[in-house]
Amino acid sequence: MTTTALAVRPTRSRQLAGTGTLLRFALRRDRLMIPVWVAVNALMILSMPNTLENLYATPAERAGLVRDTAANASFRALIGPVFDDSVGALTAWRVGVYAGALAAVLSLLLVVRHTRDEEESGRQELVASGMVGRRASLTAALLTAAVANAVLALLVTAGLSGQGASGALALGLGLAGVGMVFATLAAIVAQFTESARLARGLTAGLLGAAFVLRAAGDSASDDGSSALTWVSPLGWLENLRAFADERWWVLLLFAAAASAQGAVAYALAGRRDVGMSFLPTRPGPADGRLGTAGALAWRLQRGSVLGWGIGFFLAGVVYGGLTDGVADLVGDNDNAREIFRRMGGQSGITDAFLASMVGMLGLIAALYVVASVLRLHGEETSLRAEPVLANAVGRLRWAAGHLVIAFAGSALIMLLAGLGFAVGYGKQVGPLLGACLVQLPAVWVIGGLAVLLYGVLPRAAMAAWGVAGAVLLIGWVGPALDVPQAVLDLSPFGHLPKLPGGGMEWGPVLVLLGLAAALVAVGLTGLRRRDMTT
Amino acid sequence: MTRAITVSALHKSFGRTHALDGLDLDVETGEVHGFLGPNGAGKSTTIRVLLGLLRADSGAAQVLGRDPWTDAVEVHRRIAYVPGDVTLWRNLSGGEVIDLYGRLRGGLDRRRRAELVERFELDPTKKGRTYSKGNRQKVALVAAFASDVDLLILDEPTSGLDPLMEEVFQRCVEEERDRGRTVLLSSHILSEVEELCDRVSIIRKGRTVESGSLADLRHLTRTSVTAELAGPPDGLSHLPGVHDLDVRGRRVRLQVDTDKLDAVLRSLSESGVRSLTSTPPTLEELFLRHYQADMSEVAR
Repeated sequence: MTTTALAVRPTRSRQLAGTGTLLRFALRRDRLMIPVWVAVNALMILSMPNTLENLYATPAERAGLVRDTAANASFRALIGPVFDDSVGALTAWRVGVYAGALAAVLSLLLVVRHTRDEEESGRQELVASGMVGRRASLTAALLTAAVANAVLALLVTAGLSGQGASGALALGLGLAGVGMVFATLAAIVAQFTESARLARGLTAGLLGAAFVLRAAGDSASDDGSSALTWVSPLGWLENLRAFADERWWVLLLFAAAASAQGAVAYALAGRRDVGMSFLPTRPGPADGRLGTAGALAWRLQRGSVLGWGIGFFLAGVVYGGLTDGVADLVGDNDNAREIFRRMGGQSGITDAFLASMVGMLGLIAALYVVASVLRLHGEETSLRAEPVLANAVGRLRWAAGHLVIAFAGSALIMLLAGLGFAVGYGKQVGPLLGACLVQLPAVWVIGGLAVLLYGVLPRAAMAAWGVAGAVLLIGWVGPALDVPQAVLDLSPFGHLPKLPGGGMEWGPVLVLLGLAAALVAVGLTGLRRRDMTT
Repeated sequence: MTRAITVSALHKSFGRTHALDGLDLDVETGEVHGFLGPNGAGKSTTIRVLLGLLRADSGAAQVLGRDPWTDAVEVHRRIAYVPGDVTLWRNLSGGEVIDLYGRLRGGLDRRRRAELVERFELDPTKKGRTYSKGNRQKVALVAAFASDVDLLILDEPTSGLDPLMEEVFQRCVEEERDRGRTVLLSSHILSEVEELCDRVSIIRKGRTVESGSLADLRHLTRTSVTAELAGPPDGLSHLPGVHDLDVRGRRVRLQVDTDKLDAVLRSLSESGVRSLTSTPPTLEELFLRHYQADMSEVAR
């Protein structure tokens, strides 16, 4: 009896046993993350027609925009080529690459979260010991991403159908396609690393590469026909030409890439043991040099500081390099100029563009500072903090190690961004560095809020991500929509002087610095007084 | 000599759960003190209060003569702690963690570290993620035993060790005692506690229910007696302190409160004793009594 059972090769259905249960379980775990992420993305897309109609009210204005874009390499690199002057086509052009990137990020996060994260934590062992097939976990993870992408596609198709049903369907499917390409890519990467953090970082890096390839291709050609654009899944999205005589066959590229990558991921997963990877961990030194809590914190965070620093420097170089071209284009449109003024200040359009790009990096730096501060939370809840704190290390010393990296690290990455801008733009080194550094008081207020939440309300520490997300949304979407000033004022970034170009105002900067210091102080006091999580 | 740990009337609640409900604990300097209790009795909570990670709601706790909450850092300089579930950083090697912990305490004896790595058969070059549970435990144990400290607080430190390593662990604890160090050992492995501990405290539901040397505790409990007699036994059931009497012909089995043993032996010898075995209560029996008290309360 036993021998016959062993002799039977596991059938496909056996390999997928338990997938349904795991999928329901994954959707239950992500019941907040998926809806919020998808809703924010859909909101950004569906609000765009309205914004565009306000900015470019007449067909003539829209045709002018299309003409200018076609002639401006920098603008094409930033957003992509535009294929038609209808509101639908302009919407697909304006949001496509960014909405696609957002869908890709959600997809890769979901897949890594339900595959490598589970293995790394050891939870997968327990799950796999149940009635769960060999391929069930990966399948459930990919299906989870598929559900999220399908909902996004549905929302976009329904919400934009007023601009043309087939265009809306094409854009929706294209976005879902980008999502699934990166979901399956993440599934492959997750086979190679033992750490979920590394898997996320590498896949996000590949997404960045896809963005750069597309940008390079689009700056070289005005109709998306460059080979570089065709290499990038984000380029396929624009070449789908939603609302502009759709090329439906491009969808086959998404399908082919996702299936091929999925097949590779399954093949790799079938060839390795649970918890192991194709890039095994190398042995480390037998003796350690770490001797302080601060050194430990730096050792744990240095990789991420390095990654963020490189990313910010490159972003500075790219945006600095695009500045002159974009300023030429935007200068032609009063409304667009108005938007950049609201984001970037009253002086010349070049400065306004630079200021708005610097401000955008400042907003992203808020994500860095939150991630870095919340390392404390991660160390505590994983119980790694407990034995460290049982040594002769005070809580404040321990926390200070991570907080120095969070706060000084954000200064470092903004400084690198400033250097990048200076390199890319080629002039105004001092003002650009100053403009980047002036973002820090607002970044630090967000960091201070994270410290406050962690120290005083550790159970709500993750809400710091919500704060950073809200600030990001206000900063990105606020100026384009007619959001009331009271809402814009909620974000600390709204109070910063608009540099370069505008005048330096010390008042709000000092107030924000004081506020950040106060938040950190209250948070640390709370940390000193409360029980550690056990 | 001052006590290494004094705890009196310690209370700690988490929401509506009373984890500690007036707990007392005294650990003399230089002794190995066993800290026993069923799961959820409050052992780890007590240890975390002693480490200053939790603040007690009321009651007093002193570790090495200081308040563990306000003087945490000074106290910790002279303490080494081994948790029951050791989590390591995935990208740091075991050796790095041992040295880090050593430096974060009073310092590390390099020779002793090398010797312990050898004895525990630990590969210090492996990274955190690749260690098994037992090996993660060894990393923390080597760091603790090689550290230059006065007090070791070990919270179920051998839960992942194999019997050979368990043996090494016991020798290490004995060496620590020989050097005059104090050890607080929370454990479920009763043979380990019996072998190592000078005194034990048993806690249940956040309270200390028994405390003292093993001899003291045995004195308070029952001895099992099995005897084969020359003639039929007489009058045993009327003797005070006799329990679970089982007479089968001339064979007698009973349990007797240890301080009433005398009368039982006298009664047995009146009938003529052919053979007699008497076993003192094992720690396990002691312990089970408290577990079972727990169970019966649950049943009620």
